[in-house]
Amino acid sequence: MSPAAFLIIAIITLAGALAAATLPKLIHAALCLVVAFLGIAAIYFLLGAEFVGLVQVFVYVGAVAVLIVFTILLTRREEEEAVGFSWGGVGISFAVFAGLMWAIVRTALPSTEGGVEVLTVKRIGEVLMADYVWPLQCVGLLLTAALIGALVLVMEEKR
Amino acid sequence: MSARRSKTKHKVSSGAQASRLLSFDPPAETAVLHRFRPCFKKPGSLFFIAVLVALDQIFVSAKQWLLTLFSGAPDWITQIASGLISISGMLGVFLGLFALMSVMERKILARIQNRYGPNRVGPFGLLQPVADGIKLLIKEDIVPLRADKVVHFLAPIMVAAPTILALAVIPYGRNMTLFTIDGGILFFFAVGSATELAVFMAGWGSNNKFSMLGAMRAIAQMVSYELPLLVTVLPVVMVVGSLTPDAIVAAQSGYLLGLVPHWFAFTPWGAAAFLLFFVSGLVESNRTPFDVPEGESEIVAGHMTEYSGFKYATFFLAEYFGMFAVSGLAVTLFLGGWHAPIAALQFVPSYAWFFGKLCLLLFVFVWLRGTLPRMRVDHVMNFAWKFMLPMSFVCLFAAAIWHYQARGLAAWLWSLGIVVAAYLGLSQVLQTGKRFAPRTYRFAE
Repeated sequence: MSPAAFLIIAIITLAGALAAATLPKLIHAALCLVVAFLGIAAIYFLLGAEFVGLVQVFVYVGAVAVLIVFTILLTRREEEEAVGFSWGGVGISFAVFAGLMWAIVRTALPSTEGGVEVLTVKRIGEVLMADYVWPLQCVGLLLTAALIGALVLVMEEKR
Repeated sequence: MSARRSKTKHKVSSGAQASRLLSFDPPAETAVLHRFRPCFKKPGSLFFIAVLVALDQIFVSAKQWLLTLFSGAPDWITQIASGLISISGMLGVFLGLFALMSVMERKILARIQNRYGPNRVGPFGLLQPVADGIKLLIKEDIVPLRADKVVHFLAPIMVAAPTILALAVIPYGRNMTLFTIDGGILFFFAVGSATELAVFMAGWGSNNKFSMLGAMRAIAQMVSYELPLLVTVLPVVMVVGSLTPDAIVAAQSGYLLGLVPHWFAFTPWGAAAFLLFFVSGLVESNRTPFDVPEGESEIVAGHMTEYSGFKYATFFLAEYFGMFAVSGLAVTLFLGGWHAPIAALQFVPSYAWFFGKLCLLLFVFVWLRGTLPRMRVDHVMNFAWKFMLPMSFVCLFAAAIWHYQARGLAAWLWSLGIVVAAYLGLSQVLQTGKRFAPRTYRFAE
């Protein structure tokens, strides 16, 4: 991993995140959040985790960002006035950051002495289908339930 | 087997001799040579074989020759040069194809509508794209006063960039994949999913009700059809067991009796998946009959309403590049990529086959545009969720059956039965409540 590339990507990612937190217009903030998502994907690529990077782009840029944008569009009617600095938001984000850091520091990471083996899509598939098949099925069930729930909500509206 | 292998080896070595004659070093897949054996049985045909291989690999060796100019340079310069050569080659080819396609589309549409089409600029009107390009370049670039300037400016770039990136993972010929990545198919779709956001940016940045409506329609339709598009790719990925386009093309090599190629489009599930994929691709590139986002009779030009000059041309380019990308992926997934349709024609360079198939699919795009009227918005959505999505899941199921029945004739019939039964059942279910009575006229007659 080249330090120069990491530095550039990290600066872009952080700038995107900062802009997302501070820009007055919500749509601009949402679009800057996409830059941060892309930066994180680039860092995954830099680490050699291509699959995770691609899924990051696919899910976050392709789905989550569109969802956020649509939510903003469908909920705001008139021109919104600039909201002041929100200390509550800062508190929540620091709490999330602290929780994540606590979890990361406490996790015993495997040693990378002899170099990390290249993670292929095939290997991920094998692990998902063999070792983690039950969690995978549970997530699938949850998502199906969510899909059906969404359909039911739409049907109610129509009646 | 051993006899065959020794023969192959012999061929390879003789091929190497022949290529030394031409001072040409065939890269990687030298075993390719023995494929030409059926066409040339005489020993004196060595020279022809070498010429054919050289023709097949001409672009690969051209790139290698160009890279020798950088032989003394440090590693990173060679890498950047290699990337730039590939990118400029790809962009050159596809910009040329874009120009050709724009004039050919107008010609074909004119032919369908019984008129002449462009025939004034150059021979047969073939220089029309040059005139169009100059016109678009010198047009005034208008930005609405109340537009969001930055978003409005970035949107055309954001629309065009993903389509160009998506083109990079498609194998155009033997050893001719520009960007080899472990999850190439996933890369294609990950990159492609960024277009939705770009279309939204165009719609929102223009600050125009038509633009916004068009963008909303485009996103709704692209999100809906992305599901069938992805699910129809799954059977191929499942059968091949790889997400790499090269592996998918390699899995479709070989012929039945030297006549019927092992393309996935010739299996029942593959044929159904191919049709579903093509229709979804039609929607993703916002082409007729699914061009509701830019329906000019309703909302001017949708998200492109407030764009002019070269920015408009960029949207146009993105639409065509999107068509190329989707058709290219369809060729890779279902039509055997760069493989020849019959064994005897394998001597034709591989990229010629790829671009031939690509042009065939592009012709179908134009043909549909010339013959079908625009669909209504709600019909488009209903079709996606009620027909396309269930059918694509059926394809997945049929492909699984085909695979576990050992891929023989029985498997072929089983999967055919499943696809046909599902199609008939689904059409029965969807027909309920729709009674076609004789049309009555209240005011006419």
